[in-house]
Amino acid sequence: MTIAEIQDEIIDEFSMFDDWEERYQYMIDLGKTLPLIDEQYKTEDYIIRGCQSKVWVHAEMNADKVIFTADSDAIITKGIIAILIRVFSDQHPKDIIESHTEFIDQIGLKEHLSPTRANGLVSMIKQIKMYAIAYQTQLN
Amino acid sequence: MLNYNKFDVDKIREDFPILNREVNGKPLIYFDNAATSQTPKQVIDVIVDYYSNYNANIHRGVHTLSQEATDLYEQARLKIQKHFNAKFNHEIILTSGTTHSINLIANGFSTLLGEKDEVLVSALEHHSNIVPWQMLCERTGATLKVIPMNENGELIMSAYEALLSEHTKLVFVNHISNALGTINPIAEMIKKAHQVGAAVLIDGAQSCPHVQPDVQALDVDFYVASAHKMCGPTGIGLLYGKEEWLNKLPPYQGGGEMIDEVTFEKTTYAGLPHKFEAGTPNICGGIAFGTAVDYMTAIGFDAIATYEHELLEYATDKLLQIEGLKIYGTAKEKTSVISFNIEGIHPYDIGTILDKMGIAVRTGHHCAQPIMDFYKIPGTIRASFAFYNTKAEIDALVEGVKKAKMMLL
Repeated sequence: MTIAEIQDEIIDEFSMFDDWEERYQYMIDLGKTLPLIDEQYKTEDYIIRGCQSKVWVHAEMNADKVIFTADSDAIITKGIIAILIRVFSDQHPKDIIESHTEFIDQIGLKEHLSPTRANGLVSMIKQIKMYAIAYQTQLN
Repeated sequence: MLNYNKFDVDKIREDFPILNREVNGKPLIYFDNAATSQTPKQVIDVIVDYYSNYNANIHRGVHTLSQEATDLYEQARLKIQKHFNAKFNHEIILTSGTTHSINLIANGFSTLLGEKDEVLVSALEHHSNIVPWQMLCERTGATLKVIPMNENGELIMSAYEALLSEHTKLVFVNHISNALGTINPIAEMIKKAHQVGAAVLIDGAQSCPHVQPDVQALDVDFYVASAHKMCGPTGIGLLYGKEEWLNKLPPYQGGGEMIDEVTFEKTTYAGLPHKFEAGTPNICGGIAFGTAVDYMTAIGFDAIATYEHELLEYATDKLLQIEGLKIYGTAKEKTSVISFNIEGIHPYDIGTILDKMGIAVRTGHHCAQPIMDFYKIPGTIRASFAFYNTKAEIDALVEGVKKAKMMLL
C-alpha cells in the first residue's frame, strides 16, 4: 500500500470512534502491544530527548525500502509512534520525502505534534524525513 | 479598590474570566498555578485602560500623556516597595521577571568574584537559578557548591553550615521550591551566610503568590520575583537589592534611560533604579504588577495561606487514597504544590489524559532536573493550587487521575 492509502485506512479506522476516550484507549493499546525497537537501539545514539517523553528511532534499508523501528517511555507517545511507523516504515525513501502528516490532524491527534508538547514526536518526524533523504541520496 | 471582608471563593472566582471557559468541552480546572497564575479582571482592566488612555514613553516626555504614564509607573514601584517593605523605592528594580533579575546579579558579580571564591546553590533550585551561576563560575573561576536535600525534599541544614566558609561569597536559594513546594528556612540561612560575610539572593518566584516577604526583616541582600505568578501579567518582575549592593554592582545593559551623560569618550550612569533599567521598560506591565499586588493584598495573604493550606491537606489526603500513588516532596513546611507519580505510568500519559478532561496540570521535570535525578524519575505530575481553586475541583482531579490510571494500566 502507498503512504496515502495507509493514511486513509487509519482515518477510516479512527472515524469509528465516538469520543476521545475510545481514541486514546486505542492508542494506549497500540502502545502496549507493539514490539517497536530492538533493545540494542535504545541507547543515547538513537534518542530524541523531548522535555516530556523520550523517543528512540532506528532506521535501516531493506532492498530499496526504509524500515523504521522506534519506542518511547510514555505509552501515548508510543501509540502515536506505532501509527507513524505503520505509515512510514517499509516505504521507498522518495515516497517518504514527498509524504505529508496532515492525517494526524484528521484523526484528532494534532495536539501531539505541537512543538510545545515537547514529547519528541515533531523531532521524530523530522528524523524520519532526514533518514529518507539520506537513503535517497545513497540510492541516487 | 476591592474590599474582601470575608474569604469567599465563589465571589473571588467571579474576578477571573478565564475560569468560565471550557477546555475539550469540559469546564477548565486550572492547577498549573506554579507555572503562571490567572489574571483577575481588575488587572486586565488596568491593561486595557493603560493602552486606551495613557500609552506613552516614560521618564522623558514633557507632554501630559508621558507625565501621566510616568506617574502611574512610579506609583506601581511605590506599591511594590511597600509590599516587600524595602527601605527605599530605588531598591526596587523592575525587570522582565525572575530570570532577568537573577542574570542581572550574576552578571554584576562577574567583576567581584575570583578563583578562590565559592558560590552555594541549593539542590532544590530551578534551572534559572543554577545555570546563571554556573556561567558566572565559568567566567570567574569561582567554585559552585550544592547544598544537599533529604528524601523529604528539605535542605540539610548541617550540610549547609559545613559548606559555609570565608571563601563563600554568595548563596542562592529559593524561598519555595517550584517542583516540590518545600518552604526553605531562609531567615536562618541568610543569618548564617552573613556570619561568614556572604551575600544572599532569594528566588521568590514561588513564594510571592503565597506569602508577603519582608525584605528588611529578612535582612536579605537580593530578592527576586515575577508578576505573572502573582496575578500580574507576564514579562514583568522585580529585583530587590540593598542600596549598598546595587551601588556596588555595574550596570547590566547599556542603552537609553540608564545614563546620566553620554559623550563618545565616556558615559556616566544614572542613579538607582534607572542604572539597571536600560531602554523602554514594560510600562503597562509595571502598572498592572502594582494592581496585582493591590488585588492580592485586598484578599489578604493570611487568608490566602490559610485557604491554600486547607486545599493542600484535602488534596494530599484524597490523592494518597489512590493505590500506587506516590507524592514527592513531603517537607513539614510546604506550600500548595503536589508533585506525584503513579507506579508504572509515565507522568506525560497522565497529564495528557487529564488535559482531555479539562484539567491543567504540569508534567515533566519542572525545570529542576537535579531534583528528578535525585529521585531517579523522569518527571512528575504537578498540581499546584491557588486561592481561587476549590475542593470540588480537587475531587475532579482525583477522579481524573483514577480514570487515567484505569485507562493506562
